[in-house]
Amino acid sequence: MNAVLRLLAQRIALGAGSLLAVSVLIFLGTEILPGDVAQAILGQAATPEAVAAIRETLDLNQPAYIRYFDWLGGILQGDLGTSLANRRPIGEMIGERLQNTLFLAAVSAAIAVPLAVFLGLIAARFRNSWLDKSISIATLSTISMPEFFVGYVLIFIFAVTLRWAPSLASVYDSMSLGEKLYAIALPCATLTLVVVAHMMRLTRAAIINVMSSPYIEMAELKGVTRSRITLYHAFPNALSPIINVVVLNLAYLVVGVVLVEVVFVYPGMGQLMVDAVAKRDVPVVQACGLIFAAAYILLNMTADILSILSNPKLRHPRS
Amino acid sequence: MTPLLEIDDLRIEGQSEGDSWFEIVKGVSLTLKRGEVLGLIGESGAGKSTIGLASMGYARSGCRISGGSIRLNEQELFGAPHETLRKIRGVRVAYVAQSAAAAFNPAHTLNAQVCEAAVTHGVMSMDEALKNAKRLYAKLRLPNPETFGDRYPHQVSGGQLQRAMTAMAMVCKPHLIVFDEPTTALDVTTQIEVLAAIKDAIRDEGTAALYITHDLAVVAQIADRIMVLRHGTLVEEGPTGQILHEPKQAYTKALVNVRRVEGEATHRESGPPVLEARNLTAGYDRSLLVLKDVSIALESATTLAVVGESGSGKSTLARVLTGLLPPIEGETVFAGETLSRKLKDRTKEQLRRLQMIYQMPDVALNPRQKVEEILGRPLTFYFGRSGAARRKRVEELLEWVELPRDFAQRYPSELSGGQKQRVCIARALAAEPTVIICDEVTSALDPVVADGVLRLLLRIQNETGLAYVFITHDLATVKAIADSIVVMYQGEIVQQGPKAEVLTPPHHPYTDLLLSSVPEMDTNWLDAVLAERARRKAQGEKVLDSAGL
Amino acid sequence: MRNTPLSAWFGFTIIAIYAFLAIFGPWIAPYGESAIVGDVWLPMSSEHWLGTDNLGRDILTRLLYGAQNTIAVALAATLLSFALGMSLGFLAAVVGGFTDQAISRSVDVVMSIPTLIFALVVLSVLPSSTLVLILVIAVLDSTRVFRLSRAVAVDVAVMDFVEVARLRGEGLGWVIRREVLPNTLPPLIAEFGLRFCFAFLFLSALSFLGLGIQPPAADWGGMVRDNANAVSFGLTIPLIPAGAIALLTVAVNLVVDWQLNRASLLRGRA
Repeated sequence: MNAVLRLLAQRIALGAGSLLAVSVLIFLGTEILPGDVAQAILGQAATPEAVAAIRETLDLNQPAYIRYFDWLGGILQGDLGTSLANRRPIGEMIGERLQNTLFLAAVSAAIAVPLAVFLGLIAARFRNSWLDKSISIATLSTISMPEFFVGYVLIFIFAVTLRWAPSLASVYDSMSLGEKLYAIALPCATLTLVVVAHMMRLTRAAIINVMSSPYIEMAELKGVTRSRITLYHAFPNALSPIINVVVLNLAYLVVGVVLVEVVFVYPGMGQLMVDAVAKRDVPVVQACGLIFAAAYILLNMTADILSILSNPKLRHPRS
Repeated sequence: MTPLLEIDDLRIEGQSEGDSWFEIVKGVSLTLKRGEVLGLIGESGAGKSTIGLASMGYARSGCRISGGSIRLNEQELFGAPHETLRKIRGVRVAYVAQSAAAAFNPAHTLNAQVCEAAVTHGVMSMDEALKNAKRLYAKLRLPNPETFGDRYPHQVSGGQLQRAMTAMAMVCKPHLIVFDEPTTALDVTTQIEVLAAIKDAIRDEGTAALYITHDLAVVAQIADRIMVLRHGTLVEEGPTGQILHEPKQAYTKALVNVRRVEGEATHRESGPPVLEARNLTAGYDRSLLVLKDVSIALESATTLAVVGESGSGKSTLARVLTGLLPPIEGETVFAGETLSRKLKDRTKEQLRRLQMIYQMPDVALNPRQKVEEILGRPLTFYFGRSGAARRKRVEELLEWVELPRDFAQRYPSELSGGQKQRVCIARALAAEPTVIICDEVTSALDPVVADGVLRLLLRIQNETGLAYVFITHDLATVKAIADSIVVMYQGEIVQQGPKAEVLTPPHHPYTDLLLSSVPEMDTNWLDAVLAERARRKAQGEKVLDSAGL
Repeated sequence: MRNTPLSAWFGFTIIAIYAFLAIFGPWIAPYGESAIVGDVWLPMSSEHWLGTDNLGRDILTRLLYGAQNTIAVALAATLLSFALGMSLGFLAAVVGGFTDQAISRSVDVVMSIPTLIFALVVLSVLPSSTLVLILVIAVLDSTRVFRLSRAVAVDVAVMDFVEVARLRGEGLGWVIRREVLPNTLPPLIAEFGLRFCFAFLFLSALSFLGLGIQPPAADWGGMVRDNANAVSFGLTIPLIPAGAIALLTVAVNLVVDWQLNRASLLRGRA
């Protein structure tokens, strides 16, 4: 077990390291402008007094590294800073929206993951049949479409023409779970479609890859039944790549959710971040960016950890 | 009594690009009696593995059985429903693959996989199957038969895994086992152990076998009869003794006569060494040395053979000599100059005079360059030749390595393996070197082709006075071409000296093991070697076997 | 070409039509790029084949101009991303050692931030000019190109023929150009299609969020954004530019998919 523990420790340390590096990068991302940030935020028409005020708020008179450590120190203590646009603490602005975003992402994932794995298994099992080919063309098309196209098509069909679901996904605290689920039906469907397409294609590839291993041929030559080959010989080895595919594709949710929230005017983090970019509210953008990036890194780390744990060569080391 | 297996006019097709089918096996017939061992021999592409799998009613994807009949115990397998075939496989007929490491499922223990067929087919209970498996482990001379099978495939060595796979095939006591190159991937000292274990097990269990291999000397130890195949058709068939001693067809004669190339015993004047390695120590990490204090000396116009098995450090030696891997200690002296440790610090002239030829001609030639470009580049690079002068020299080089001039316009993919290796030789010659390092240059070639390449190298040496460092695991090749020999084991030199001295007893124990493990074209070789080892052990002599390594 | 499936032919045809429209669009377009020619959201008619948009501009005209703007920016970003990603990838693969580690780890860090999120962070201080868009998309996307070209080149760089060239004393440039590059082209060509799709979708997404190509220049993502409200009135206007985006990426993907399948089929045979 030592080898596994060591690998896990390494992977977690790497995750923490990436998180730190990413925080630097996000901070630097807003520093790459050659000129004055305050001027850029306010535009050319700004008065010198306004520029000076912004410089004061952002502490621009301090060197960059000091501001970075102040920012990072604040975050570690749970203080995400203050918005430029409305002077409110960012933590307060994000709190509820983060919950909404997580709710949308979680519901989508709960539908998408089983669906994608099931479709991937079917496509791999009936490889090269008409069923496989039609699933393949359908998912390829879905991957190729921008999220907002899928979103508006769904709105047009289900909200405007059929009137089955609301086109704007507004949720409030006072709503019951059922009402909330009804409200997010369309954004959730949009996200699910996009994620399923990616996930299903890679699941299919992972299973086909395992099925072409020599030990599968060996099992066939031992007269093992097809179902036993699938369950006993292929599945334990396909598990690790499938877990990897599933978790990595959940990362599409991180990006997809931003666009879908804008399409459906959903009160989540994505919407908040896009608005903040338009208003050049840099502290809010940084905070949102860091949270999205952290979610993404966490998912990647989970994928690697699960795949380490499901590797038989690591679980049973050479004595 | 009816034969166990009757294959009649078997035809198998493979799929080419664009969905058209072409024949791989073109009407082969064979019969196999109960308990008989039939050797199928031929070079790569002869269709022998395909025939072996077809005898189980199986065709790989991209292949299909298109005609003829396959009868096992009078039951027709061609066109039989999948369920019928499934019930026969593993019970009546079993398979042993070339690469055991790939054929075992990494997710389950050896016991689980060895016993699987017996239990799932309902032949035995799990307890009975386990008992039988342990009996077979013992028979196949696996260590600790009681607990051996509790391990996972990646926890045991390659030679052990190959024997475990034989146990897996035998667990249901099948009538027929198909052995598909079971020892090809193993080192020669391991091969002899596995071969002996398989031979005893087949005899004791009374199983019939199809033994597929490209090595006539190996199959001679085990087969009652041999069929020689080439390009999907039968060349010759007969009892093992007859094939070995009275082959009728020219192709069979060539197969029997391989490894009998002899370097002319020219008496060369021994001058100062042209290439000398002094106390080389190297590794990819200081704590993991691959080469320990190795010194060799190569005299001009001679061949120094470096022999060893995988992990002996022989290929690392080549990398250090060429400068690809800078040594941790020691130095290389070439034509009186001490070479820089690193490749990039060596002069163009030094690089030119030390050339290298590789094991796999497929990956040693850039597939996107024509032969003219491949051979022409060193001419331009070292001698500044271009245009007509370069073209003329390319044609001379091709002729020198016995290839037609118009090959200059071909791409490597349009050449056979042996032709590619000749182009590689020509490329080395284009630099007009004094020393060529040959790294396993014949190992990837079929035996008859390999012989041709060896003869060519010898001829070139006689014509030009080149010196070779010849790195190989194949002692037959060493016997054929070496002037002096270096035997390596685990990064160290265990013995070195002139050929006659190293090959004549008394040997170093490892050299002895290595030499005695090389299969010979003699049906009694295996038994004789094992008997000799047993006799000497009984007399208390120090004798290594691969278990003792 | 005999065995080219229908789907690939469909893809080729669509790509050819788009290429034609992107080049000659402005000459074909019936009106000026941002000329207001009628009422808001007019239905399809003989004067305005696809109707008018939220400001009363001709949609067909906007679509044709948009083709040029959108495709040109995406193509420029893809080309730049390949130039950058391939040079770094080949360098890392052939030189190896510390150089490889340094570049690979930096790319890892950049890749651990989702592309769109990183772009949003950067665009919060940078102006959304065409040049900035091309640079941002190219730099972020080049990480993917780097990964693939490094992987492919590492496979080639360990081949003996590359070692032969190094032992001969050839320089780094020659080794990369003559030995490695020609053998890495087939997978990279397929990747070019995929990366173009990505850049194109990415640009459209940014424009849709109002951070891409800036008005009054026509651009498909921006057209979707401008006319998004029309959907609530049962109008299909935003679906037209969105569909135009989807159709091109589907077409490119169909061709790439066929290429990749063919390559894996040939590999399986070898």
